[in-house]
Amino acid sequence: MVLIKKGAEAELFLETWCEKKVILKRRTPKSYRIPDLDLKLRSYRTIHEAMLIHQAKLVGIPTPLIYLVDTINSTIIMEYIIGKQLRELANESSELTLKPIFLRIGRSIGKLHSSGIIHGDLTTSNLIIDPQKRIFFIDFGLGKKSLELEERSVDLFLLKRTLNSTHYLSADPFFSWVLPDISSTGPLQTRLPT
Amino acid sequence: MAKLKQGFDLTDLCFSLQEVSFSMLTETTERALAHIERDEVLLTGGVAANARLSNMLRTMTEDHNAKFFVVPREYCGDCGAQIAWTGILAYESGVMTDVNNSFVIPRWRIDDVEIPWRH
Repeated sequence: MVLIKKGAEAELFLETWCEKKVILKRRTPKSYRIPDLDLKLRSYRTIHEAMLIHQAKLVGIPTPLIYLVDTINSTIIMEYIIGKQLRELANESSELTLKPIFLRIGRSIGKLHSSGIIHGDLTTSNLIIDPQKRIFFIDFGLGKKSLELEERSVDLFLLKRTLNSTHYLSADPFFSWVLPDISSTGPLQTRLPT
Repeated sequence: MAKLKQGFDLTDLCFSLQEVSFSMLTETTERALAHIERDEVLLTGGVAANARLSNMLRTMTEDHNAKFFVVPREYCGDCGAQIAWTGILAYESGVMTDVNNSFVIPRWRIDDVEIPWRH
């Protein structure tokens, strides 16, 4: 098991499982919480994250395949996405290559939001573009179900902030490409599709 | 309140409420600590008087190899003075509310608060 990322809440390992390269995400116990509450929170969040990843797929957004959800060890085993993080891509590509990608990212976020999914941590590290040019959304660990405008804008605001802070380019052109596209899709949907 | 009416013990309910809310505060602090890569936490204000919260934060900081500090108890009870002082500043700037018209705004955004004495 190779540790690839240690966040505040969980550890990510790269592992081989059934001859496949997989990501193992484990929520580590917190010694400051009483054990009953700690176990409840970790298993709830594990299930919740797996559900959001699945629901995103239902509206056509590529997300990692879930292979195993282990609530007792609060572990998710999921597909390892081979590709490039948007963070890397945005720095090494020209505006011309980036424009169609950003238009698609904008539409994907629109799809997630209008189906009531808030990503919760929409940074350029959590978007992966694979060799087939599919845009994968990863890490729904801070995600939630909500139709509130404020929650949606927090998603967009974070993406804008990460673009501004980690890239030479300003985020403004990215947003100006996407915004006319959004306004052409009609009135904002604030109710879940039935 | 519903649980209390169902016959649950009041001290148990208070303990549960405290454990859940302090776990939330500690987790938020933990996320902030990890996110901005700092190694020190200082607990101040009225909540600093609570031993359980101090203990939780101390445990959390030890897990992250960070240092933990808490202000001495005699400096923990300053909230009343803060509120009173804000009241004086507001009054002197002409901000006044009748008792009849005053109520609690639980979700008042900090960036929506008018501070006329700062202009």
